[in-house]
Amino acid sequence: MLDLRWPMGLMFSVVGAMMVVYGLWTFSDDKVYACSLGIRINLWWGLVLLLFGASMVGLAWWAGRKAKDGKP
Amino acid sequence: MAGVVSLGHIDYAILAIYVLFVLGIGFALKRFMKSSTDFFMSGRSIPAWITGLAFISANLGALELVGMAGSGAKYGIAQCHFYWVGAIPAMVFLAVFMMPFYYGSKARSVPEYLKLRFDERTRCLNSISFAVMTVFASAVSMNALAKLLTTVLKFDLSFTIRLPLVGGGIPLGSYDAYLWICSGIVLVYVLKGGLTSAIYTEVLQFFMIVLGFAPVVYLGLKDVGGWTHLKGSLAEVAANPAVLGFHQSADKAGFASNAWTSAWQPLLEGPSHNPMGVDWFAMAFGLGFVLSFGYWCTNFLVVQRAMAARNMSAARRTPLIAAVPKMLFPALVILPGMIAAALAVTAKDGYHLPHTRISERAYPAGISAVREAAGQDLGGKAALEKIGEAVGVKELSPAKLAVLLHDAPTLDDEAIKTGLQDAVTENDYDNVITSLVTKYCPPGLLGLALTGLLASFMSGMAGNVTAFNTVWTYDIYQAYMVRNRSDAHYMWMGRVVTVVGIGLSILCAYLVSNWKNAMDIIQLVFGFVNAPLFATFLLGMFWKRTTSHGAFFGLLGGTLTSALFHALTTATGNVLGIKGGYLWCLLGKTLSDVPQRVVFPSDMAQNFWLAAFAFTACFGLTLVISVLTRRTKTDDDLRGLVYSLTPKAREEGQAWYLRPAVLGIVLLAGCVVLNYIFW
Repeated sequence: MLDLRWPMGLMFSVVGAMMVVYGLWTFSDDKVYACSLGIRINLWWGLVLLLFGASMVGLAWWAGRKAKDGKP
Repeated sequence: MAGVVSLGHIDYAILAIYVLFVLGIGFALKRFMKSSTDFFMSGRSIPAWITGLAFISANLGALELVGMAGSGAKYGIAQCHFYWVGAIPAMVFLAVFMMPFYYGSKARSVPEYLKLRFDERTRCLNSISFAVMTVFASAVSMNALAKLLTTVLKFDLSFTIRLPLVGGGIPLGSYDAYLWICSGIVLVYVLKGGLTSAIYTEVLQFFMIVLGFAPVVYLGLKDVGGWTHLKGSLAEVAANPAVLGFHQSADKAGFASNAWTSAWQPLLEGPSHNPMGVDWFAMAFGLGFVLSFGYWCTNFLVVQRAMAARNMSAARRTPLIAAVPKMLFPALVILPGMIAAALAVTAKDGYHLPHTRISERAYPAGISAVREAAGQDLGGKAALEKIGEAVGVKELSPAKLAVLLHDAPTLDDEAIKTGLQDAVTENDYDNVITSLVTKYCPPGLLGLALTGLLASFMSGMAGNVTAFNTVWTYDIYQAYMVRNRSDAHYMWMGRVVTVVGIGLSILCAYLVSNWKNAMDIIQLVFGFVNAPLFATFLLGMFWKRTTSHGAFFGLLGGTLTSALFHALTTATGNVLGIKGGYLWCLLGKTLSDVPQRVVFPSDMAQNFWLAAFAFTACFGLTLVISVLTRRTKTDDDLRGLVYSLTPKAREEGQAWYLRPAVLGIVLLAGCVVLNYIFW
């Protein structure tokens, strides 16, 4: 069966990366972040998503390798 | 402010990526769908963490998300009882005591268990009522989603279907387009990947919601100045709830200062001291026992997730894993509502609770009502009622309406429209959560949070559709219509009925959106059907003497009891009729003629007491009829279906800390601690 952690990890990595890039792009624009109390939320939260996505992919990769090693 | 949102390219991109991945998962799973067991039960091969998160996601539909935030504003922290009292104990009970019978018996669905334990009649009753409920539940989800998208996305998707033969056309608006597109996406991935698709996307939805809403709650809490300031502002709300338009029908002017921030103290002081208007017994027995156990332990929508687990211990761990996020969810879904109430009472940055939006269809009637009232020089109150009725809104600001009426002769339709919407003061509790999302999210985060909402609406539909197609195929089609056909035939039927189920949901979504009472009726019927059900299961699973006559007539009697209870009782401030007391209505009486003992302080209290009565009736009837009738099933037939006749599951192979009973006790202890902290 398809390991759910692959698509899930990939999706959150992509979305996280997009938010990080967008967050850097708009970093110095105070108007964009007026609503989020001045916090550069896209960058910080994008990093969280990226980390989450990457760890899911990592787990899936590790589980896949372990399963392959287990079978002769 | 709510309703006026501008999405950037980045937001659309996040939305699109989610849809792509969901469809991709469906297509990737297609090659694993080889038999009906794969399609309806995921081949019983899913690891526990996935079934556990899907279990909680199936319950955390969008309605829960939007509803809980609204109730958080209206009732404060007491709403957490729906989690700490109304969910955790029942989930632990399901895992420890009931899962062995669901997973261990040959039953493929909850109604099928009823057939094995009792007979065809009980199964038939249960499967038909369940099938109807799932269709309506998914319709309600889709209706809300289509409405949300129409207010949030700015594409004009209206078009006209030409009918060359008749020479006319059917005009369709954006609502229709969103409804059909989203249903289409759900259809594709459920058709391709069956239950597995639904379960996988539910897990995806779970993380979307947690990761999309956590920053919003964080920003909101920071904005109101942290928990201490939040408590202070909510004390103001408690002192004068009418300022925010809460509880205007209640006789009392205000509540104690902790009414919004203490979970138990206001409850123990009695119905008139807490905004919910309930007493502790109704809360503990009606919600905590009857409604909660009835939902979590017998509803196939959630139980199906656990039954897809790869083995018995994974199945039993499913509700336990789900209980952890369930316990913490109030921070994500109820807290935003409390934040909104605090923001509104302090009017920070001009925030107010979102107001009901007048539907496009109601405007023509509203505009002509305004013109008429202005022409006839109707007095304030008469005009208010007349216009309110025309636009379908109960509360309008008299001052703003007076200005509008004064200016009406010189205004064009568009200006009257704006003026009418501006005069609405009725709270739209369903929009509380979106009002916060749009207040705090810059582009980027906005896309993430909205995608979380979209995800939960769509998986709400997918979850219901997968439960529907399983019950239809196994419990109605295979049981009563076409028996003994090949597995491939039933899988084909499953796919066909998926299409039919989604079609029916779309039809019902139109019903719900066009006919205001539909929603009330649906909830009413849910209540009638669900309330007594747990008594049947409890007796069936734990008392081998329960007979099939007892079960069937007990269940029927319990359902009739709830209907009768509802016909006789009502809640303060309601008009007799669909919200209760229609029997009095038929006798030509009004609220003031009805004896006071059948008038409950709130809808919620009425609902909890209804559940308590229905359960007791079903329990008593089943007990008595079982004693009076003869058993039709021998001890041998009931092996694996009844507690005393089933060998206990052996757990020696498991580490002690992974045993369901141990995990269950830990969870219950955690729940007690939470209740203590927010006492």
